[in-house]
Amino acid sequence: MAADKVDPIHQFHINKLIPIEIGGYDLSFTNSALFMVATVVVAAAFLFLTTSSRSLVPGRLQSVSEMAYEFVGNMLRDAAGTQGMKFFPFVFSLFMFVLVANLLGLFPYFFTVTSHIIVTFGLAALVIGTVVVYGFMKHGLGFLKLFVPHGVPVFLLPLVVLIEVISFVSRPVSLSVRLFANMLAGHITLKVFSGFVVSLSALGAVGVAGSILPLAMAVALTALELLVAFLQAYVFAVLTCMYLNDALHPGH
Amino acid sequence: MFVTSAFAQESAPSADTSHAATGGDTHSGTSVPAEAHGTFPPFNPETFPSQLLWLAITFGLFYLFLKRVVMPRVGGIIDVRNDRISQDLDQAAKLKGEADAAVAAYEQELAEAKKNANSIGQQANDAAKAEAETARKKIEAALDAKLGEAEARIASIKANAMKEVGSIAEDTASAIVEALVGGKASKAEIAAAVKSVAR
Repeated sequence: MAADKVDPIHQFHINKLIPIEIGGYDLSFTNSALFMVATVVVAAAFLFLTTSSRSLVPGRLQSVSEMAYEFVGNMLRDAAGTQGMKFFPFVFSLFMFVLVANLLGLFPYFFTVTSHIIVTFGLAALVIGTVVVYGFMKHGLGFLKLFVPHGVPVFLLPLVVLIEVISFVSRPVSLSVRLFANMLAGHITLKVFSGFVVSLSALGAVGVAGSILPLAMAVALTALELLVAFLQAYVFAVLTCMYLNDALHPGH
Repeated sequence: MFVTSAFAQESAPSADTSHAATGGDTHSGTSVPAEAHGTFPPFNPETFPSQLLWLAITFGLFYLFLKRVVMPRVGGIIDVRNDRISQDLDQAAKLKGEADAAVAAYEQELAEAKKNANSIGQQANDAAKAEAETARKKIEAALDAKLGEAEARIASIKANAMKEVGSIAEDTASAIVEALVGGKASKAEIAAAVKSVAR
């Protein structure tokens, strides 16, 4: 049990709560799924309940919902213009989902949905899939102009196109790894420092005195992780907006 | 991270045995199959299908709920507020225009009234002056007339008195002459004498 407490990887384990298996695939309802549901319920309930009074002069909580709405709306309008607003529900859902998942993960004993690469990759693939599908639907083969920047000398063109294609293909990877790695590293660091506190304080008075420093670090890291939770949700949403802008206006 | 993951692998079996002993921990107890312990949990492909499925279900429902319910509502609240604000601003601008017009009208009326007041005052002043002038002239004339009358009366009284003084002097002189000389002096002589003395 003591080893369990200081194992920094333990928090990322997936446990089956309701085992489900269909067609040879393990589709169990796990703690990860539970926290996805919790994320969705918390975010949806917050947005729904705080705006239920529809006050002309908003209270604090209604202001928070409106600020989130306008924040994402302005972000999308700045990056992708007015045409981009058709993706507003999508970007807003992404932002709220990632933000609430990150914030819920900060609670002790809670599972962090975004610390699993498959989840962040799923979201990133959804973004890039939307970009590709919408890009080809709207512009047809003209969408491929995305890979051919204007004003490049002809002899450089093959090289530039290659670079552009690589940069496009690496987008879902960078988008998902950025969020996943930030959450993973942050939670491991938090757990390591907290583990020091537990292990040291078991050593008696000297150990308790010595555990003050890692405890302070854990407190400071929690504040940092709170910032990272917001920042990564913001970065994810901003990059989504920029990629959607490419789908809307493929010519550079 | 390398250190910690190595540590994790070392400690994993003991964690497992402890769980086996306690029969599953409450908070995040592991019932992970033994073969999964070798891999780092986020990279364990066995969990991928279930996570993707539940992500699709939860995120899909979340997206639909936000799109259908939350966003029209929040957008509606903000639109109503913006409408209300612009409406209020319009009304304020209209009221300000009205107030400005009223102030301008008032200023104009005030200026006219001032002008009128000045002219009325001037007229009244002039009229009063003229009236005072005529009254003064009338009074002066009346006073002059009275003065002349009085002077005339004084002159006539004085003349009468002087006339009587002459005759009294003559009578007195003739009486004195009679008494002293005992003869009668002629009236003409006495009159001449009196005249020369009286001069």
